[in-house]
Amino acid sequence: MAGSETPRPETSVGRRTVPLSATVEDARRLFGSDWATVVARAFRWMVFARSFDARMQGLQRQGRIGFYGAATGQEAVNVAVGLLSRPEDWIAPGLREQLVALVRGHPVSSYVDHLFANARDPALGRNMPCHPTARDVHYLSMSSVIGTQITHAVGLGYALRLRRDPGVVFAFFGDGATSANDFHAGLNFAGVWGVPVVFCLTNNQWAISQPVERQSATATLAEKAAAYGIAGRRVDGTDFFAVAEALRAAIGLAREQKLPSLLEFVVYRMTPHSTSDDPTRYQPPEFLAAAAAHDPLERLGDWMRANGLAKAAEVETVRADCDSEIRRAIESAEAVPPPDPESLFRDVRSPLPKERSRSQEVS
Amino acid sequence: MTELTLVQAVNRGLFEAMRQDPDVLLLGEDIGLNGGVFRATEGLQKEFGAERVIDTPLSECGIVGTAIGMALYGLKPIAEIQFMDFIYPAFDQIVSELAKFRYRSGGQYPCHVVIRTPYGGGIRGGLYHSQSTEAFFCHTAGLKVVVPSTPADAKGLLLTAVHDEDPVIFLEPKRIYRSVSGEVPEGDHRVPFGVARTAREGSDVSILAWGAMVPTSLEAAAKLADEGISAEVIDLRTLVPLDEAAVLASVEKTGRAVIVHEAARNAGFGAELAARIAEKALYSLRAPIARVTGYDTPFPYALEHLYLPTPERIESAAREAVRAG
Ligand SMILES: Cc1ncc(C[n+]2csc(CCOP(=O)(O)OP(=O)(O)O)c2C)c(N)n1
Ligand SMILES: [Mg+2]
Repeated sequence: MAGSETPRPETSVGRRTVPLSATVEDARRLFGSDWATVVARAFRWMVFARSFDARMQGLQRQGRIGFYGAATGQEAVNVAVGLLSRPEDWIAPGLREQLVALVRGHPVSSYVDHLFANARDPALGRNMPCHPTARDVHYLSMSSVIGTQITHAVGLGYALRLRRDPGVVFAFFGDGATSANDFHAGLNFAGVWGVPVVFCLTNNQWAISQPVERQSATATLAEKAAAYGIAGRRVDGTDFFAVAEALRAAIGLAREQKLPSLLEFVVYRMTPHSTSDDPTRYQPPEFLAAAAAHDPLERLGDWMRANGLAKAAEVETVRADCDSEIRRAIESAEAVPPPDPESLFRDVRSPLPKERSRSQEVS
Repeated sequence: MTELTLVQAVNRGLFEAMRQDPDVLLLGEDIGLNGGVFRATEGLQKEFGAERVIDTPLSECGIVGTAIGMALYGLKPIAEIQFMDFIYPAFDQIVSELAKFRYRSGGQYPCHVVIRTPYGGGIRGGLYHSQSTEAFFCHTAGLKVVVPSTPADAKGLLLTAVHDEDPVIFLEPKRIYRSVSGEVPEGDHRVPFGVARTAREGSDVSILAWGAMVPTSLEAAAKLADEGISAEVIDLRTLVPLDEAAVLASVEKTGRAVIVHEAARNAGFGAELAARIAEKALYSLRAPIARVTGYDTPFPYALEHLYLPTPERIESAAREAVRAG
């Protein structure tokens, strides 16, 4: 897979996407004899995510959900972590990793309940949409504060190591988060302690309106790992095979040697920052053209068609299947009322012996 | 029972907690090899090893952030912040994360971290080794805020904190770390949260205090007694949860309230106490509620004796309340 580490391959000329360089042999080496099934599953999840993002952005515009932050263009990373992580592993998500929870088995319907902030939302509608909690798949609860989860992941890794448990922690964050204090503290503690953490830095080249060049003066973000004495690597995050290969190595290091590493996945943010954002104010139009050439879904689909998996890569068939699942979840979630007013006062603290409900009694 | 100083009692409490439960671990700056800059963690690393008594890099955000991660996995971390004045790099982690994990996850992720930190003035520490900013934390739903004033309470409240399920900010009055000593029960001594202590009974005026201001208030009460004024001193012990019933009962009995704290006056925890008394015991009051506090200035170095409430300032507030009605 030579070239898989090239950060930003030049924009495609006359071709729709930049072809993936992996061979069938590479796929077999990565995923075993079952490689075709794994690749088909990955493709299905990418189609699912693409449909889901489009549908939810639409619902937000119609005022049916309050907010949505898409991860369009970042699917290869999320799907690969979802597929390569094990149940005993942990996810400390950033802003755009909800798909990891779904691939790890969190019910789509439950996530949609969360987006509608209804009474069935496992977190009772307390967080804004796209901030799910999914303990069933070891997916931490997220705040909106950029970077804070990075140190949590390190503490969790320390706890796993202390108890001699086998899990690995995946900490997700964006290029903007590399400027935040928790990034520095987290990677520094990780280096000093030695913990089974894979830092997944999804460099989508933007932090709202700020291009990555204005976020950091280093040539790459991966090279920051050297400052903390840990392994760092830059990866084409829209190449499913390159992502999987880099993850395999980092997971091995974490699982066998309890050592952290930093993976910088270079991807393209193909949508606005969120439903509250207008990128025409700051993003040059060429960016979206380059992004299209590095669409992880298209790139994987093209590869499948070229390598004997054309049937599994039939987008329309896969999409129809995903769409009906999404539609059912929406219909069901929309019919559920908002959380019970009394729930406002629950979970502020551990339940009192005699659970009380008035705010004055809570403090 | 053993006679111990307050800091020794903290140390015994930590030994007890770590012996009781292998999930308890300590992390902080200089707490292991060095035993803590105030020696509160003396001997613990030797006894329990460097994996459970962790000398961390110098980052409060890192200390509290990683402690949160440990707690999410089910460990019971006790983090030390070397001085309360240096807690602000961790403020985001405490306020945005620690206090809210349980709530925002719908109860899926309780997050039980105890944060111990020496606080308060009177040690010639200047602006950055003296502050009492308990109000910041009392204002944040989800945290418990504990301030012992005696060695027995230091151990007993600490053990309750470790076995609680909620995040606890445990404020240690460093000015009286060594100047106060007392009998401390052996073993698993626990003092419940939300139960104030009547440090001295009285009938003319209620002095409400916590931490290092309790001995100062007791000194004032002793002098007032010489003048024939009977002052009751209530040691709140925990600000959150607050023993509101004890505060109201005392004020209803005496009809006068003097609130004492080292922190600046504006929006200090005394304001909350005054409001609660006004809301619920106004008709029992015979005099305006008085506050004896630090000033609305940064904490000074050369003039700290003027900044900190003294027995004299408390006495004159109490006298005035008694004169008023
Ligand atoms: C501490 C903090 N500051 C500012 C914000 C507002 N904000 C939300 S997302 C964002 C940009 C994040 O960029 P990046 O880390 O690259 O993640 P991306 O959105 O690109 O996935 C900002 C500034 C925030 N949520 N938290
Ligand atoms: Mg970004």
